[in-house]
Amino acid sequence: MSDASERLLSTPPDLVRRRRWGRAFELVCLGTTVVGVVFLAIMLVDILIDGAGWLTGTFFTESPSRIPSRAGIKPALAGTLWLMGLVALIAFPLGVAAAVYLEEYAARNWIQSVIQTNIANLAGVPSIVYGILGLAVFVRWMFALTGGRSVLSGALTISLLVLPVIIIAGQEAIRAVPGSIREASYGLGATRWQTVRHHVLPNALPGIMTGTILALSRAIGETAPLIMMGALTFIAFVPEGPRDAFTVLPIQIFNWASRPQDEFRNLAAAAIIVLLVLLLSMNAVAIWMRNKYRKEW
Amino acid sequence: MPTIKVTAEGTPALETRDLSVLYGETKAVKSISMEIPRNKIVALIGPSGCGKSTLIRCFNRMNDLVPNARIEGQVIFRGENLYAEHVDPVEVRRRIGMVFQKPNPFPKSIYDNVAFGPRINGVNGDMDEIVEVSLQQAALWEEVKDRLEVSALELSGGQQQRLCIARALAVTPEVLLMDEPASALDPIATSKIEELIQELVKNYTIVIVTHNMQQAARVSDYTAYLYLGELMEYDVTDKIFTAPSERSTEDYVTGRFG
Repeated sequence: MSDASERLLSTPPDLVRRRRWGRAFELVCLGTTVVGVVFLAIMLVDILIDGAGWLTGTFFTESPSRIPSRAGIKPALAGTLWLMGLVALIAFPLGVAAAVYLEEYAARNWIQSVIQTNIANLAGVPSIVYGILGLAVFVRWMFALTGGRSVLSGALTISLLVLPVIIIAGQEAIRAVPGSIREASYGLGATRWQTVRHHVLPNALPGIMTGTILALSRAIGETAPLIMMGALTFIAFVPEGPRDAFTVLPIQIFNWASRPQDEFRNLAAAAIIVLLVLLLSMNAVAIWMRNKYRKEW
Repeated sequence: MPTIKVTAEGTPALETRDLSVLYGETKAVKSISMEIPRNKIVALIGPSGCGKSTLIRCFNRMNDLVPNARIEGQVIFRGENLYAEHVDPVEVRRRIGMVFQKPNPFPKSIYDNVAFGPRINGVNGDMDEIVEVSLQQAALWEEVKDRLEVSALELSGGQQQRLCIARALAVTPEVLLMDEPASALDPIATSKIEELIQELVKNYTIVIVTHNMQQAARVSDYTAYLYLGELMEYDVTDKIFTAPSERSTEDYVTGRFG
């Protein structure tokens, strides 16, 4: 009796085979995950070995030099910080405003869908194309305003580059705010602006912040459009205003990495460490801000 | 179709005249003419898709927010057609409040939930008092008076729904629309809401959509039965449930379909 019931419910051969396929798939997925993480780790270790020793005080206070032991990243680091600050100031309000308009105000007609499709397309345009645009519009045509190959021109160019990403992330965050919240607000006699101001934006802000940070993370490593629009590769001063010439960390890294001497390669590795630290701390600040806002609701 | 009046004194709080709602080509509400008497509870019942939610949303122009919804006919409130050229939907919604199917408190404190309406409407007054009175009217004050700064999301579902009622009352509406206000709640929370409705009708006119026929029978003074967008029958609740004149009403209230 007990034998028979055990046989009835014990694992049939067919199930063994099905399980094996399941297990194989799981291992493949694990393998692909590990590949990415392992290569990232190898890269980080390699860079740390090459560059950590070069992260001295001089490295942060000096300008690039022909003598590796006297070379530093001060102008490039300052240029990157200037650029990021200006991009955040330009792209964040524009992107959020566009996202709010498209989600809360725009009528659902063909004009809106044309705009929507093109924003998605713009997000996929190669960054060098933005460099050409920046050169033509901001450096040449708007010379009187931007001062030519300035950090402002660079920031405007990079802002165009990240705008589609910020708009799309903003729209997703706004769409994630439940319609029932909007109904509750309108139901109390709130205007559209009051509903957006008091409910939609505060609730969407964490998502918008995340999207903006991701966009800035992309921007901080951008090199091609800035070279295209004419950021300098060798610079020995710090920009003092938005109309000053500038360089950025990735350009400096590229410059050093392309030299034959090993010392310069080590300098490049050290600059990469700085760039990564900058990027990770930006993300950390963003996560902290996001959590803070989330608690306040 | 003639206006279906119910025997109540005084001018009605709301009156619809040949009211139709179209979503694109589909007619969700078909030329309904009815009166909602003042300080009474009117229940709208009928099977899913009969247009009762669409109809109640005409009473505070909530359908304006639905793209491609088109409204024909009139809704008369205090002698004015809600759909007349000069009428501002924002002002309509201040005077005709709404409580929704699922409790939808703002992710803010209990206090801020109630204070939001008066604040955005520029009410100058003792906000603490407005909040207290509104919460008392919604029978929630005793449960929350010591934790007004706590997030509304920490309340139970039934408490959240009473908070939504308090929030609606804070802007001093004349009519309260309730779209299945208890359908997401357990029986105890539901009976609390029902008691509250009975209490509120002393000061407000209440229109309630409900799927629950026992609820309609328990709380309402008048009941309207809708089917496929048409107002089939509208009468004193007792009559609808005991001696309806229409065959389809009888089939529905006795549970033969729907």
